[in-house]
Amino acid sequence: MELPIFYILAAIIIVSALFVVTLRNIFHSALMLILCFFGVAGLYVTLHADFLAAVQVLIYVGAVTILMIFAVMLTQQLTGRKIQQLNDQPLPAALIILSLLILLIVSITRTGFEIADNLEPMPTVGTIGKAFMTTYVLPFEIVSVVLLVALIGAIVIARRE
Amino acid sequence: MELGLAHYLGLSGVIFAIGVIGVMIRRNAIVILMAVELMLNAANIALVAFSSFTQTIDGQVFVFFVITVAAAEAAVGLALIVVLFRNRKSVSVDDFNLMKW
Repeated sequence: MELPIFYILAAIIIVSALFVVTLRNIFHSALMLILCFFGVAGLYVTLHADFLAAVQVLIYVGAVTILMIFAVMLTQQLTGRKIQQLNDQPLPAALIILSLLILLIVSITRTGFEIADNLEPMPTVGTIGKAFMTTYVLPFEIVSVVLLVALIGAIVIARRE
Repeated sequence: MELGLAHYLGLSGVIFAIGVIGVMIRRNAIVILMAVELMLNAANIALVAFSSFTQTIDGQVFVFFVITVAAAEAAVGLALIVVLFRNRKSVSVDDFNLMKW
């Protein structure tokens, strides 16, 4: 039962990701990106990461893609005109991607990863919260400051003089 | 065949490769940012898969850090693109040669 669900989600994610990369209309790319992020959220559910799936939908689908769509709308008077969307190096890019993919697949299949014996769903929310406040308290605080600085920086950069 | 760690890692690798394709062949800076988000998502899938298959929570905690940094990156990147568009009337990376020559 798990395997067909995984394959359906994987097909959704890969096809929509390919559309993100290849569609000519940037707005359609952004919409495909939303579909892709939903697929990834579904994948998190199959991995028993329920809280993370909710956060994925909230932050990626709800915030990041909306930000992307805002940027598309602020920068596009380009919809009517024919502009070239691809640059002139698809062949070297294809070669590099192919070698990268082969390298990844070979290293994934040849490495013997240690897997836990009894795979049961873990409690996520409480465990993650505890980890944030004990083991990872310093990275947690630093990353919150990073986010604050980045948002203020974005406002300062984008503000009109 | 049972659903294993290799399935998730393979999918993660494929999505990462698609993201690299996007960065390499597209001209529009916004699409390049979208492709970067795809690559970050691929890394997140691998982290969550490891977290689930090793019965530890650390992978999921790191995914939160990645999501935070991705949000910061998207905010700053899109602000830069908007400003560049205002100055150069273009979002094509080929036109952004301010520091090149």
